[in-house]
Amino acid sequence: MTTDNDKTTLDRADARVRHDDSLKGAIRDFTDRLRSGDLGMLPVIVGLVLISTVFSALNPVFLAPNNLVNLLFDCATVGVISLGIVCVLMLGEIDLSVGSMSGLASAMIGVLWVNAGVSLPLAIVAALATGAMIGAVYATLYNRLGMPSFVSTLSGLLAILGLQLYILGPTGSINLPFASALVGFGQLWILPAWLSYLLGLLPGAVMVWVGLSVMRQRTAAGLSAQPLGRLVLKAAALTVGLEGAIYYLHLGRGVPVMFGLFVLLAVILNYGLTRTQWGRSMFAVGGNREAARRSGINVRRIYLSAFMLCSTLAALGGILSAARLASSSQQAGTGDVNLNAIAAAVIGGTSLFGGRGSAWSAVLGIIVIQAISNGLTLLNLSSSLRYMITGGVLAIAVIVDSLARQSRVSHGRG
Amino acid sequence: MQARERLPAKGERILSLRGVTKRFGAVSALTDIELDIHAGEVVALVGDNGAGKSTLVKVLAGVHQPTAGSIEYMGRPVTLDSPAKALEMGIATVFQDLALCENLDVVANLFLGHELSPWRLDEVQMEVRAWTLLKELAARIPSVREPIASLSGGQRQTVAIARSLLLDPRIIMLDEPTAALGVAQTAEVLNLIERVRDRGLGVIIISHNMEDVRAVADRIVVLRLGRNNGVFTPETSNQDLVAAITGATENSVSRRQGRLAAEAGGTTA
Ligand SMILES: Nc1ncnc2c1ncn2[C@@H]1O[C@H](COP(=O)(O)OP(=O)(O)OP(=O)(O)O)[C@@H](O)[C@H]1O
Ligand SMILES: [Mg+2]
Repeated sequence: MTTDNDKTTLDRADARVRHDDSLKGAIRDFTDRLRSGDLGMLPVIVGLVLISTVFSALNPVFLAPNNLVNLLFDCATVGVISLGIVCVLMLGEIDLSVGSMSGLASAMIGVLWVNAGVSLPLAIVAALATGAMIGAVYATLYNRLGMPSFVSTLSGLLAILGLQLYILGPTGSINLPFASALVGFGQLWILPAWLSYLLGLLPGAVMVWVGLSVMRQRTAAGLSAQPLGRLVLKAAALTVGLEGAIYYLHLGRGVPVMFGLFVLLAVILNYGLTRTQWGRSMFAVGGNREAARRSGINVRRIYLSAFMLCSTLAALGGILSAARLASSSQQAGTGDVNLNAIAAAVIGGTSLFGGRGSAWSAVLGIIVIQAISNGLTLLNLSSSLRYMITGGVLAIAVIVDSLARQSRVSHGRG
Repeated sequence: MQARERLPAKGERILSLRGVTKRFGAVSALTDIELDIHAGEVVALVGDNGAGKSTLVKVLAGVHQPTAGSIEYMGRPVTLDSPAKALEMGIATVFQDLALCENLDVVANLFLGHELSPWRLDEVQMEVRAWTLLKELAARIPSVREPIASLSGGQRQTVAIARSLLLDPRIIMLDEPTAALGVAQTAEVLNLIERVRDRGLGVIIISHNMEDVRAVADRIVVLRLGRNNGVFTPETSNQDLVAAITGATENSVSRRQGRLAAEAGGTTA
């Protein structure tokens, strides 16, 4: 035990536990966690460093500010879908139809808004509601008939794709008006510099503010609190990193508004998962369904919320990608969209086995995936190669997940 | 918590089962079970492995639905169709398999499904409650912020017991609560059972340890092959109890005791 804690607090009475508040202790905690298979964000950071070194060596344009801005535009569309995937993976389930769902939503925007003349907000609401409804169907099939989500969403994949082709009709592709707000949002809108710098300060400020209030509450309740120094250090590192990144992006066009929306959704989901009863129930159901049921959790409602959230976010992702491409087409949502969305969540550290994950995994994971895809495109590689490489990256991510899980089991970390 | 039933007067009948039957396909786990639980009473449920004790507890916890029979709670017929309903009515259970989420920490498991301030979890308050509750049980748990997966079997059992107390229940059912506990912790659990009985709660305890059963039980209900097989007082002789549990006066326990007695007699003679 450290000496600065002469009066033992409620949670530090057991002499067997090492409590080390120094920086060296923090580092040791970190390596302990890694060894026991609690990898957290480490694979992503390693991946990103690797990717940027390789690709910028092959083509210096890769790290150019404007290329990174484009990268963020691309991240937002599939990233939003990936947020939904985090929710279903958390329960140990899967949704294989998110690609088709996003394609259907994009088609609905084209058909309703451009062809039928429905107002844009109404078309968006209709697309999102369709997503929510399809999610509710999956949840009902799961809850009432015990149909594995793997099967129901696989059939959904085909059925929804069929619906997308059907409503697009023989023309197959609808262009969205370039001057519209939707396309501006998807291709042009950039946060004003002052706003992005200000927003960059926010996470660090919130971290210190929340950290201080938790510290005060814990000390008042007779519990140990994390040392102030470490809190300030973490917040400072975060702020410097963010402001640096924002500065670099502003050497080019700046931070896309659409990426801001993606991050905002991630923040909301993160709050939901970590700070509410709903989130706790999600982790519980994913970890041990029967134990969750016996604790009085309405397990069916949890499944319903996850599947609905996933399909709705997939629909939103589809709308964003229509905005990004300024068109609704038969190709929307096909190809690697499905796999990228799932791969992003897994690469970011959300387990396929349920009960473990975070909203941030979708953000970091999608940046990795899009960086690879963007880098390969810059090298003029065909999509055939891109598919093979992305498939390989997903396989590696799943292997890392499985190995980490085995290690966690043997180290008693659930 | 929601409006809970009033606290029953001491001796008042809280729970009564009539003709409760549970079949799993061809297996009749319970047949025509009759059982009464009164406020301020400890009822021990004993029986051999597979006698149906855990099944009975699960029926009362809302985990299994009975195939036939009726359950009265506080004088009113009830259907316990989900664990949530049983918990809400004030029936708390420590399951034999504990039913904890290994990926969550001790605090999260204790408050699972009943977290303080659902839209903005009050982690500090929950942690304080967790420590006080665990202290009451003389728990040896190094940290409440470690996942359950890292705890020993006995520590997990203590967490499960602590959880049953959290919701201010009217009845507590403990399915082999001391099976994995150390000497001090077993004594604490027995003390605790007496304390909650004195507070006017009904307690059902399942145990294979006759010494513990005699120490705390007011009545001993024997199940055998899924049927009632007699109700005894703690003063009943071991032989009669074993006979009721195994279904014969001539059994491996009495034979063994007879042999030991004969050997002891042989050496002294
Ligand atoms: N979910 C189930 N499906 C089928 N059969 C079951 C199920 N649960 C229990 N049984 C059967 O019911 C009978 C009673 O089991 P139960 O678990 O209630 O025994 P028990 O008295 O608790 O035994 P122990 O002392 O070993 O814990 C057993 O024959 C068992 O095989
Ligand atoms: Mg049992």
